[in-house]
Amino acid sequence: MKQLSTRAKWAWALITIFVITYALFPIVSIFATSFKLPSQLNLGLFWPKTWTLVNYEEILAPGGSAQTLFLSSLRNSIGICLIATAIAVVLATLAAYAIARLDFPGKRLVLLTALGVSIFPVISIVTPLFNLWRNIGLYDTWLGLIIPYLSLTLPISIWTLAAFFRQIPWELEQAAQVDGATTWQAFRKAIVPLAAPGVFTTALIAFFIAWNDFVYGISLTSTDRARPVPAALAFFTGASQFEEPTGSISAAAIIVTVPVVILVLLFQRQIVSGLTQGAVKG
Amino acid sequence: MAAITLKDIVKQYGDGFLAVKGVSLDIADGEFVILVGPSGCGKSTLLRMIVGLEDITAGELTIGGTRVNDKAPRDRKLAMVFQNYALYPHLTVFENIAFPLRLQKGQFTEAQITEKVEFAAKTLELQDHLQRKPANLSGGQRQRVAMGRAIVREAQAFLFDEPLSNLDAKLRGQMRTEIARMQRRLGTTTVYVTHDQTEAMTLGDRVAVLRKGELQQVASPRGLYEQPVNLFVAGFIGSPPMNFLPGEVDGSTMHLPFADVPISADLAPKLGGKDVVIVGIRPEHFEDANLLEESKVSSGVTFTAPVDVSEWLGSELYAYIPFETNPDVATTLEELDRDLDGEGLRTQLIVTLGSETKIRDGDDAQLWFDPARMMVFDPETGENLTWDADAARTIDQENEADRKASLERAQAREKASA
Repeated sequence: MKQLSTRAKWAWALITIFVITYALFPIVSIFATSFKLPSQLNLGLFWPKTWTLVNYEEILAPGGSAQTLFLSSLRNSIGICLIATAIAVVLATLAAYAIARLDFPGKRLVLLTALGVSIFPVISIVTPLFNLWRNIGLYDTWLGLIIPYLSLTLPISIWTLAAFFRQIPWELEQAAQVDGATTWQAFRKAIVPLAAPGVFTTALIAFFIAWNDFVYGISLTSTDRARPVPAALAFFTGASQFEEPTGSISAAAIIVTVPVVILVLLFQRQIVSGLTQGAVKG
Repeated sequence: MAAITLKDIVKQYGDGFLAVKGVSLDIADGEFVILVGPSGCGKSTLLRMIVGLEDITAGELTIGGTRVNDKAPRDRKLAMVFQNYALYPHLTVFENIAFPLRLQKGQFTEAQITEKVEFAAKTLELQDHLQRKPANLSGGQRQRVAMGRAIVREAQAFLFDEPLSNLDAKLRGQMRTEIARMQRRLGTTTVYVTHDQTEAMTLGDRVAVLRKGELQQVASPRGLYEQPVNLFVAGFIGSPPMNFLPGEVDGSTMHLPFADVPISADLAPKLGGKDVVIVGIRPEHFEDANLLEESKVSSGVTFTAPVDVSEWLGSELYAYIPFETNPDVATTLEELDRDLDGEGLRTQLIVTLGSETKIRDGDDAQLWFDPARMMVFDPETGENLTWDADAARTIDQENEADRKASLERAQAREKASA
């Protein structure tokens, strides 16, 4: 890469600072709020006057006012999102492989339907889904959330994975077959190792989508049995009716961000692109 | 090692497109056969049908005497080198080469695998790179890894699909000789697809020229050069390409754009009373008349033509002489140009002269050629009217004898060194 001029360097630095501020300001603000005393919320200061862990105790410590609500919803969120992600990734991998490799009638239809489903506004199907779920007994169950989450995660997974599989050169599979591999061996030994980064990336995206959902979470659940975190946040109450739950909500928001950060750190290495470089001419 | 026989092989794609229209070809055991032709002539499709990556619509394919039409690629025991090498990027060079061996579970011990891979690595001078990943190798090294994978397979035949087209010119020359050396030493039947006629001419024991899915001619490189059966083969083989000029027959003389040539007693009956024919003269068959001895000049035809552009290449000089073509043959020549991936540019005579010539741009050059080396083609069918079956056969027989001798020599050397 050619050397940047001093002016360009400054311009880039300014742009970077602006973007970072823009992206991180809300998070820092929530972080600061989570350490404020409930009585000091309205002082108009950015940083807490006195740092306190009272909000975290509220949602985590035994006896905290929101503890049962938060912990059960955390359990629900993790369970539901992991299952939904796993199902979505397995189905999407198979579907995307077929879309990328095979020429079958209706291939465009599958892709367009997937796109259509993801464009469809969630809010418009929530009401019918609510009635349907109540009638067939899926209301307020894990399965009752996993199914609608699949409708969110599957389309994007199929699209990203199909794009990823298309990048993997066809010749690798053919070479493996000529070298004496069966179709399954060629898939497992030549394609799967190359597809792994794409599958991880897709799983991560799918997980975030499910993790962040609010509309389905709040509409299709009513108790601790299945209510996910984003919905549970809306049910937080302060210690008394004169206290606002803003502090506890901020603390909960910080805590639910942690799994996301951990996931990114864990999969960071797998998301490295460019593994296929060198497979074909360079 | 095995002979490969293609009998009336047809490939029709789902949309009805006929990519290969009934090709029959016998490839002898240990022979190096080149499939060559312009893009879209069906040569790669043919290769992929041999290896089993493409279904055969009709016809019969036998390898080593067994019909393999319906066998999966892995049961055909062939090794293929792909245009983009198709190395497994997640495996080291060692594992890439060992891949075919590892797939045959239980057949080889770890020690045998190591031995085979190291033998292949030694043959291809890859010993220092065995633990590296393909991404860190140069183009030529990747190419050799792909060849290594073919060697360890101990396949019945090697198939190459334009293996050198991704390399730069210098490396291409080196790898070309490397492939030739390897084939001679291992004596493995080889089918090699290329659109590059230099590769075709230098590597092949026999060259099969394809055009739009049809086999035009199968002959030794020299046979193709000296006795092409039609316009297409004549235009495809040779660089710079053969010049095609309209020839108007007028009694016992033929009028070419720049010269009048007497029609010899040999040629006259072959013309079959046609008024206009296409005359082919290779650029290298022209000479600068001023540099020739008096006795030689009188044996040929001398003419004067204005040189438009000249290109000096050190060893030789190309001179370009534009001319107006005869409308009677223009359509045939335009079609030929399209078939040869040409751009339909101006019609010009290309002349290759020795570099000592004084002819430069804008000169009126005194040029000479020997009418006996002219080829005459039928403007309708493109057939070579001067084709000599006996001469063609002699050339191919000589070539076959040469091939056997060189194969034996290579094998003897191999035994002696082992």
